[in-house]
Formats: sequence, structure tokens, C-alpha cells
Amino acid sequence: MEDMRLKGAIEALIFASELPLKLEKITELLAGDFAGEFDGHLDKKEVKTLIENIREEYEDEGRGISLLEIAGGYQFRTKTCHASLLQKLRAKRPPKFGRAAMEALAIIAYRQPVTRAEIEDLRGVDSGGVVRSLLEKRLVKILGKKEVPGRPMIYGTSRFFLEHFGLRDLSQLPSLKEFVELDENEEGMISPLNEELPYDAIEG
Amino acid sequence: MNYQVVLDSFEGPLDLLLHLIKKHELDIMDIPVALITDQYLKHIDIMKTLNLDVAGEYILMAATLMHIKSKMLLPPSEEEETEEDGGDPREELVKRLLEYKKYKEASEELLSMDMLDRENFLKGFVEDVEIEDSEEDASHDVTLFDLMEALSDLLKEAKAFNPHEVNREKISVKDKIEIIIQKLSAEGSLTFRSLFDKASSKNDIIATFLALLELMKMKRVRAFQGETFGVIRISSSEKSLGTVH
Repeated sequence: MEDMRLKGAIEALIFASELPLKLEKITELLAGDFAGEFDGHLDKKEVKTLIENIREEYEDEGRGISLLEIAGGYQFRTKTCHASLLQKLRAKRPPKFGRAAMEALAIIAYRQPVTRAEIEDLRGVDSGGVVRSLLEKRLVKILGKKEVPGRPMIYGTSRFFLEHFGLRDLSQLPSLKEFVELDENEEGMISPLNEELPYDAIEG
Repeated sequence: MNYQVVLDSFEGPLDLLLHLIKKHELDIMDIPVALITDQYLKHIDIMKTLNLDVAGEYILMAATLMHIKSKMLLPPSEEEETEEDGGDPREELVKRLLEYKKYKEASEELLSMDMLDRENFLKGFVEDVEIEDSEEDASHDVTLFDLMEALSDLLKEAKAFNPHEVNREKISVKDKIEIIIQKLSAEGSLTFRSLFDKASSKNDIIATFLALLELMKMKRVRAFQGETFGVIRISSSEKSLGTVH
């Protein structure tokens, strides 16, 4: 019985939250509210199991929304199969991406932290404009400055990038297709996502 | 008059090369340099005849291609062969092309992913809701900056929707003022977007926008939004027009 109420509470929290709600946050809020019932002890694991329960229930074809893991939290979103219907209802247009912007975004996403010069080297064209527009769209943020002459800005993807593409974290990005014939010794070059970096990190 | 057009179809020299390789069904690992150089230069020429802005990057690539081509013609000198590890003059370019191709493909994949506000929606995204009176009280007047941004969105879309503009019609701001007043008296208040017809040309949009600014200046209409960065709504500030409910 308690589980049912708890499950309902979890659903309510996730539904009402504007941003994806983290498991820690959900547990913390519930522990406060249900303090008497759990002797002040509520396990993250228990909450996670209940969230999984809810998620499975929403997978039913009769439900129009699903519970997704986005940017490290949980969020209700309408199911993809109803996209065209919902597009008719919407007044605002989704952000449009030019090919140039998407190329720059892909390079930033897969190679971050990255400088503009590195993006331009890869694309072979000036990319100042597209980087600026990605910054304006909040998909990209400035991570800091690289400790090399000129101290160029270094860029990475933002939390909003994860939200926008419905990703839990960067590891969910589709994997890059390598050219095996040529790349035996380049393999290590492409995944600097978790590398320690020589820059002054600015939270942005 | 001297028009300069920047085309979006090729994103840069590497993109053009990939296009040529694909079009002529060439093996990227074994590019026939003479052929690709000819084709590349032909494209640069076309861009020049169309008076397109041929960026310096394209010229640099042309020079690189010709350099590679000339190197291929010369018998490899013994020194180079030992120094440069086999020394195919195309190697560096091929590496760049493959690297670029990888990200270009990744970008296409990103674009096909489920996106927020395109495939998946959050609750409360609908903007086409009648504004309640109470909501209007809490609203604030928009700044010119908000309007300019809304205009630039419209223009961007107009660009995307009508690449061709054939006839030039005479559009007067005065006419647009009349149209806005008519629309407002019929409907009370309107969203900024609904002032503009979906298929309007750029000139049309700009004329309507100027008309709106003029009306705001004359204090005959008021632009406001329920929340910061929310939908911009236009209402008549004249009692005689009233609000139709």
C-alpha cells in the first residue's frame, strides 16, 4: 500500500517539475515527506525501482507520454509516434539547424573540450558564426580558456544539449563511424571526453 | 549592381571534395588527383561566374590539390621516400577528408535523433491559448529588442520557405497599418506571428513590421508578453476597437 502512495508521489514530482528531476532530488524530497513511514530511511534503490515501474506502465501503447531519463534526471515527454500530431498544435517552431551548425555541434559534442580553431581545422571553413549561434541557442557553452598562447576559448555541450537531444548523458551519443583501414593508430584520438584538461574551468 | 550570394549547398572545400568523390563514385582511399582537381576547379569557376563569394579556403584547397597533383607526376625522390614513410602525397588530404566525413555523418545522425519540440514535447508547450484577463495584467510590454528578435525569426523562416522571389509587388507601410487595424478590430488581440501571413515575402514582413512599430509609436496598439521570452501579443489600445470575447 505504501508503495502505491510513494509511486504516486514520485509520478507527481516528475510530472510537476519543469526540468528533468534527479533521482537524488526525488529521494531527498520523499524522505522528508514520508519521514514517519520509513523511519527516516528511504533508499535511492527503492525509489529507482518504483520509477522503473512507472516507466514500464507508460510504455503501454495506450499512453501518450513516456518517462525518459534526460540529462541525468527523469522527465515526462510525449511519445515520438505522436510527433506529427503535436506539431500541428504547436505555435512555436522547433529550432532549425543548418548543416554547418550541425557539423560544428557534432564536432563539439564528440571532441569537447575543443577550441574554435580545432573546429575550423576539421571543417576546413571559418566557424565563428556557427559557434556563436550554437552559444545563442544554449546548446554549447564556454568551458574556459585553454592554457596556450592566445588563451582561446574552449567549448563543450551544455546540459540543454542533452535535454534537446533527449540524452541521459554524453555516453549515449551515437558512436562515431571510424574508417578502420586507416585508423589503427588514430583510435585513441577521438574520445577525450573524460580527459583531465589544462584549462581554468568556468561553470557556465 | 553587384550582388553577392553565399550558397549553403557546400559547407566548405572538404564538403565539396566529398561531394565530388561521391558523385563520381571514387574511392576515397585512392583518389585520382588529376580528375578531382579538374572537377574541383570547374566548380570554383561556376561559383565565380555566379558571382558567389568564393572564400579563401576554397582557393587554398585548389592550391593544395594542384600541389599534390604535381607531386604525383614527379618520380619520388629517394630521400623523401625514406623520410616520409612511403610518402603518398595524398595521405594528409585523405586523412582530413575521412576525419571531416566522420563528423559530417555524425551531424546527420544527430539531426535524425528525437529532438525536444520536434519529436517529443513537454507539457504546456502550446501557445495558441486565449489569454485570460488576469494573465494580461501580469504581462509586461515588450522591448524593441524582443520585437527585433521575433522579426529576425520570421525573416529566417521566410528565407527558408521562399527561396525564389519573382515578382516585386508594391507594398506600402500605410496599407499594412490598415490591415493590422482591421485584423485587431476583428479579433481583439493577436499574436505577433499571426500578423504575418505564412507565405509572406521578406519585403512583406518588413513592411508589416514597420507598420506595427508605427502603430506602437502612435500608441494605437500595445505589444506585450505574459512572461519573459513568451509569446508576443498585440492588442489595440483604443477602447473603440474593444476586445471581442
